[in-house]
Amino acid sequence: MSTEPKITEELIASHGLSPDEYQRILEIIGREPSYTELGIFSAMWNEHCSYKSSKKWLRTLPVDGPQVICGPGENAGVIDIGDGQALVFKMESHNHPSYIEPYQGAATGMGGILRDVFTMGARPVAAMNSLSFGDPSHHKTRQLVNGVVEGVGGYGNCFGVPTVGGEVRFHPAYNGNCLVNAFAAGLADADKIFYSAASGIGMPVVYLGAKTGRDGVGGATMASAEFDDTIEEKRPTVQVGDPFTEKRLMEACQELMRTGAVISIQDMGAAGLTCSAIEMGDKGGLGVKLNLESVPQREENMTAYEMMLSESQERMLMVLNPELEAEARAVFVKWDLDFAIVGETIAEDRFLVLHNGEVKADLPLATLSGSAPEYDRPWVETPPAEPLEDVPGIDAIDGLRALISAPNYAGKQWVYEQYDSQVMADTVRVPGLGAGVIRVHGTDKLLAFTSDVTPRYVKANPQEGGKQAVAEAYRNLNSVGALALATTDNLNFGNPEKPEIMGQFVGAIKGIGEAVAALDMPIVSGNVSLYNETDGQGILPTPTIGAVGIIDHIDNLIGGEVRDGHVALVIGATEGHLGQSALLAEVFNREDGDAPHVDLALEKLNGEFIRNNRDLIKACSDLSDGGLALAAFEMAEIAGVGVSLDMDDTPTLFGEDQARYLVACNFDQAEALFVAAGQAGVAIFSVGRFGGDQVSFGAASAPLSELAATFRSAFADAVA
Amino acid sequence: MKAAVIVFPGSNCDRDLAVALERAGAQVEMVWHKESDLPSDIDMIAIPGGFSFGDYLRCGAIAANSPITRAVVAHAGRGGYVLGICNGFQVLTETGLLPGALMRNAGLKFTCHTQELLVETEASDFTSGYSKGQTLRIPVAHHDGNYNADEALLARLKGEDRIAFTYGNNPNGSVADIAGVLSENRRVLGMMPHPERVVDTAHGSTDGAPLFDALVNAVVSA
Repeated sequence: MSTEPKITEELIASHGLSPDEYQRILEIIGREPSYTELGIFSAMWNEHCSYKSSKKWLRTLPVDGPQVICGPGENAGVIDIGDGQALVFKMESHNHPSYIEPYQGAATGMGGILRDVFTMGARPVAAMNSLSFGDPSHHKTRQLVNGVVEGVGGYGNCFGVPTVGGEVRFHPAYNGNCLVNAFAAGLADADKIFYSAASGIGMPVVYLGAKTGRDGVGGATMASAEFDDTIEEKRPTVQVGDPFTEKRLMEACQELMRTGAVISIQDMGAAGLTCSAIEMGDKGGLGVKLNLESVPQREENMTAYEMMLSESQERMLMVLNPELEAEARAVFVKWDLDFAIVGETIAEDRFLVLHNGEVKADLPLATLSGSAPEYDRPWVETPPAEPLEDVPGIDAIDGLRALISAPNYAGKQWVYEQYDSQVMADTVRVPGLGAGVIRVHGTDKLLAFTSDVTPRYVKANPQEGGKQAVAEAYRNLNSVGALALATTDNLNFGNPEKPEIMGQFVGAIKGIGEAVAALDMPIVSGNVSLYNETDGQGILPTPTIGAVGIIDHIDNLIGGEVRDGHVALVIGATEGHLGQSALLAEVFNREDGDAPHVDLALEKLNGEFIRNNRDLIKACSDLSDGGLALAAFEMAEIAGVGVSLDMDDTPTLFGEDQARYLVACNFDQAEALFVAAGQAGVAIFSVGRFGGDQVSFGAASAPLSELAATFRSAFADAVA
Repeated sequence: MKAAVIVFPGSNCDRDLAVALERAGAQVEMVWHKESDLPSDIDMIAIPGGFSFGDYLRCGAIAANSPITRAVVAHAGRGGYVLGICNGFQVLTETGLLPGALMRNAGLKFTCHTQELLVETEASDFTSGYSKGQTLRIPVAHHDGNYNADEALLARLKGEDRIAFTYGNNPNGSVADIAGVLSENRRVLGMMPHPERVVDTAHGSTDGAPLFDALVNAVVSA
């Protein structure tokens, strides 16, 4: 008989449980918990799994709409894309593990998000990732960028999902905590979505996929704490990914689901077997009994505690229709994966864990799941930003050159060329500029994907910054002609126990909620990552918005390239807002002033104008950080055609006013757009033309080829 | 024309290849790697891209020893057509159906981009839809596409006109910029780029379509 450690104050603290939380455990079970039970409580009640600091505010987000089939609470959100088809998607962070072990941290982040999608019966068809790193010159940055990008690519490329978009940013506030936010979307028939709620008493609980090892024990608890100088000791809490197994698990699950054997299914993610078993039981109003000796194990002499808390990857738990056991088992034999009955559903409200006949945990299941602490953390409103001090004028080409030589605004080819963007042969628009677009296989419908946030804005003004992240995503979708459908949010913040950090969180949620309501793109899934702090230094508040849109027919895609002779038009008014701009940060090393104001009604008006007039638009880009100058350059550069803008003043070229688009079209189309804009009450301005081999802003100019060479090499020069 | 697409557990371009072949008029059957026999009357076998068995060791090495691979080798021995793309090319070099070896890219990174490709010969049923010297734009997506051949083999490949495609602006360090090679009887082609990813206008290019069209036509008119 194995002996478990004694419960001591140190042991409780090392499980991330506060003395109050431990008291609560004593009240719930009326006795001292066993070591395994303590581990189970710690797994269920950590911030990562319980959302205890954020729940109160997440409830305020708009999550409904006629397009929503399943909102937050399942493995991923599900929306209706017409013709009996559904899109299943979510974004999730893997920040802490990626900082400790960049390759495996990022790889298993991809693995986790892909499983969330295919657990629900969908085949993954698109991925994106939003990455934030410290100062390019910081000693850890290069290693992190290289490891994370290779990890994302290594996993996604082997699995076989195209990566069609994403973002990469650098800021010293991420020196001690990088962010890795992975997005995945999958297609399913709308009437064949699989959920996690167990049903039926005495139904077999089946373990699927890879074997359980000791990797990742305590991972979710690690991810719910700040970092300090003991970070190296946390390396064993990072899991190891195997994309080949994940690919087989996905194919096997697709076949399994077709057999009709699946009553409910849940992937084993954070807190592994514990979380998945409890979640299935709780949602179905049932108890669960597990026999751990039946769990497929990769290592010898694993204890109950280790098996319950392991975060070994590529595993699933399902409740099986026992009549179809043979058919289900045959699928897993075909794919050389484990299939083991490890327990059963029971009528009592009980989570009973046995190991070789010995009771290791015996807890009230519904209470365990439903009684996680929930905090109304104190918060203070972020004070209004100081007014912007004078910004000196700058030669417009010098300003552009400074932006495109900074890794933040340089071309990201070095990153996205390490990702397979075209596997599945339905990619219509590859990464590089704006939203990625794929075709729904076998149809003429297209889906567009984008991921956006400007953390500087959120820090200066959480509410406007939250709104802006959604508005930019909305604009990126409109820019390819897509109707925005729904959103997933990945909310990355510092320590929520600090009222000013909690204030950032609350402000951002308010802004996001307002924007998704106004722009009709409800939040259907998401993830919260708190405690992104090291030695008390928090990250920039980074609520990443992942959004999806639809284009009903490929003919309605705005996907063309700029050509020589095209007119350049700006839709939306420019006032020259330079507060918190890219130009200030990169050229003047200043982060002052307020974030730009977002007028959601104007966003909607201008966005609908773009979509309604797509036949008149050859190419389109939203105007965001870097303003008109950067957008015009990027459109010119990708097409290999010069651009000449009439103006050369700093606020007009580099201001970051919202609700704006840069459009390229021929002369006749421009005339028609002016007429349409007049009728719609939309502001429209002719700002120059595309053509030649120079980039000119007023009198200042430089050869496109020279600027393009800088743009294409600056990223790799800085961090590769 | 009946084509078989071989499916290893880590293949991930199998459907893409089947779609491209069907588009060209072929009748396609997917064949699982654990099978030891091919369906009857198969004219052509296609080995798709992906990571056949995870490729944690040498790419394609385990696939080359799969039960179905013996049937593929026998089919080639009878003079049947075999097309290997990306991981499929790696499998074909591992089986010895094609000479040379594919090593880690010179830049050591996975690379996915649209690649300029030159047609080196139109004298094969795979390349007769192109003209010699024609420039194509076809995507590559690989970590191990660096084709290696010793001096003697290289001279032989050149002398026998067996280099099917070369890269413009070599992306991976391949010797003599080689992107694809033919077998001695010109019935087996291995290539790293992905023609199946550029077969309809939604892909932004259709430069891959003539390869599949030519092959199907060759079989149909034979």
